[in-house]
Amino acid sequence: MKLLQLSPSDLRHQLAGNGVWLRTGPFSLRIRSCLPRVAEGLTELYGQFEVRSAHQAFADFHVELNPPSRLRRWFRPQVNFSFDGAQPFKPLPLDQAYPMLEWGLNWCVSMHAHHYLIIHAAVVEKNGLAAILPAPPGSGKSTLTAGLVLSGWRLLSDELTLIDRRTGLLHALPRPVSLKNQSIDVIRQFNPEAFINRVSHDTSKGSVAHMRPPRDSVLRQHEPARPGWVIFPKWEAGAETRLTPRSRAETFMFLAQNAFNYSHLGADGFRVGTTLIDHAHCYDFRYSALSEAVTAFDRLAERRAV
Amino acid sequence: MKSRSRDLLSCTLRSPDSVTRFSMGEWDLLVRQARSAGLLARVRHVLARHQLTEAIPAVARWHFDAAATLAAKQQLAVRWEVDKIRTALKGLAFPFILLKGSAYVMANLPAASGRLFNDIDILVPRAQLGAVEAALMLAGWHPTLLSDYDQRYYRRWMHEIPPLQHAVRATVIDVHHAILPDTARYHPDSATLRHRAVAVADMPGVQVLATEDRILHSATHVFHDGELPHGLRDLTDLDLLLRDAAANPDFWLRLTTRANELQLGRSLFYALRYLRYFLDTPIPDSAMAALERDKPNRLTLALMDRIFTRVLAPDHASCADRFTPAGLAAFVRAHWLRMPVHLLIPHLLHKAFVSPYQRNEKPA
Repeated sequence: MKLLQLSPSDLRHQLAGNGVWLRTGPFSLRIRSCLPRVAEGLTELYGQFEVRSAHQAFADFHVELNPPSRLRRWFRPQVNFSFDGAQPFKPLPLDQAYPMLEWGLNWCVSMHAHHYLIIHAAVVEKNGLAAILPAPPGSGKSTLTAGLVLSGWRLLSDELTLIDRRTGLLHALPRPVSLKNQSIDVIRQFNPEAFINRVSHDTSKGSVAHMRPPRDSVLRQHEPARPGWVIFPKWEAGAETRLTPRSRAETFMFLAQNAFNYSHLGADGFRVGTTLIDHAHCYDFRYSALSEAVTAFDRLAERRAV
Repeated sequence: MKSRSRDLLSCTLRSPDSVTRFSMGEWDLLVRQARSAGLLARVRHVLARHQLTEAIPAVARWHFDAAATLAAKQQLAVRWEVDKIRTALKGLAFPFILLKGSAYVMANLPAASGRLFNDIDILVPRAQLGAVEAALMLAGWHPTLLSDYDQRYYRRWMHEIPPLQHAVRATVIDVHHAILPDTARYHPDSATLRHRAVAVADMPGVQVLATEDRILHSATHVFHDGELPHGLRDLTDLDLLLRDAAANPDFWLRLTTRANELQLGRSLFYALRYLRYFLDTPIPDSAMAALERDKPNRLTLALMDRIFTRVLAPDHASCADRFTPAGLAAFVRAHWLRMPVHLLIPHLLHKAFVSPYQRNEKPA
């Protein structure tokens, strides 16, 4: 059953009671929350995802978003993220309840899923080949990811590149795309059809909103992709769209440093990372206009498809 | 006290075969209890030893594999770290003794299997504490941020100096000069422990405690030291240490005799009692009989049973019951054993009413 088939009041009741079992990519979640904002965010963004009754099902991550105490409900209300009873973060203002769910879920995956090599990077796919987009915050990685998946590329993830340690394939976790500050408006202009949820202001990352993942990406979430490219995007005002090849060795070092669990995997992390790099073309990418950037990516995909 | 604990994790460790009948709901609970007890990798190890790996359903398997990956990496890191400590302390004219987890790894004991680590504990002669601390600081370890009160508490009353953390690798060392604080009712002479310590192969200058001493220290640590968040993990360590050592026919006699010498009979009594309760460790009745003198009176024992059968269970919501102040009671008891009352009362008051409101200034 899909989440959109649950009526909003059923969803709210289940979230406040036993919780809702939800599948996102390779992971199953059990989410509990009495907060209307969390129910609202899930309804708006997770409609295409599979849900089940939480009773008796196995869930990878048991998470809860609730106010820390009754007293704080009236005075500067807050929200707490719990992972199976433990609180890995300090509470945030109630307004940030929904982004906190997304950040908390990223934490769950990056702290536990060591059967993958997990790199802090977005991944999108076309014709079976995936482009990995690692980049420091502020480089326009999320904007580019959103632009590409609104233009026919498949979303694998906007934050977590999951590399299967046995097969070297990339696994999809097509949760909502996080947009920050100006990129919220850039995407609204780029495609007015895109659904972006309410903006949470004054978070540690500025203003944050989430874009609903394309339906096709969610339906194909169990389909892995082969690594095709590692591309470092950089948005620069007025810059011409340009791809420049970069060294594999240097790219590998960057990926290793930006992996969440490279050091945990020991020698296997090196093997998985270098195998990936051997199969990928590596580029630096500068752009200022999103539509031109998409065209450049489409051309790359056509060239590898031949 | 009921004869055996009923939480799913202990049941699984006692009779691994039961997993073949688990529902998905029970697998869900087992993974959660094992994770919060720090025992996921160890459960996997136990299941593998009983050829039960195939019984783990596909959806749950990665949790165990990922934990095993982490445990393997930590053991590699422990070996590396021990070598770094050895290099740092090379110039000193005496060996240092590894305690607990790092000792199990370096001595290649079954108790190292699937074990996760928080820090490395070492034991050095008290007179050499200053030299050891200085040498470690030169090699990059620095005192962790603690309030002035905590610093004073450690240095004045405890059997260890405040934890040292490496500036680059962030690894933590606890440097001990005894296995119990000076203020404790019983404090075994560290010299006799050092005297019987055993060298680690291929690691000049590194030692581990002798078998019986290692087990007694582990027992003391659980039941005397107030280290309870890892209670069940420490019990499974003890279970593995005992099963391994019991291959030696006169082991149990040596253990109880040594416990008497070191005045640690009471700790050993509790350890064996709750090992039977949680893990069904094979302990001969003769060993329990040898500790009859150390058995507390009936009232105390009934109270301890109420406390320990709860605080040693996995720290998970599914194991909570009405008697929640048990954790507090065990904390008070552990402190009661380590400090005389005129020191204890002010310390607990400070911990309750001053420490929570003090803010440690952290560097930006």
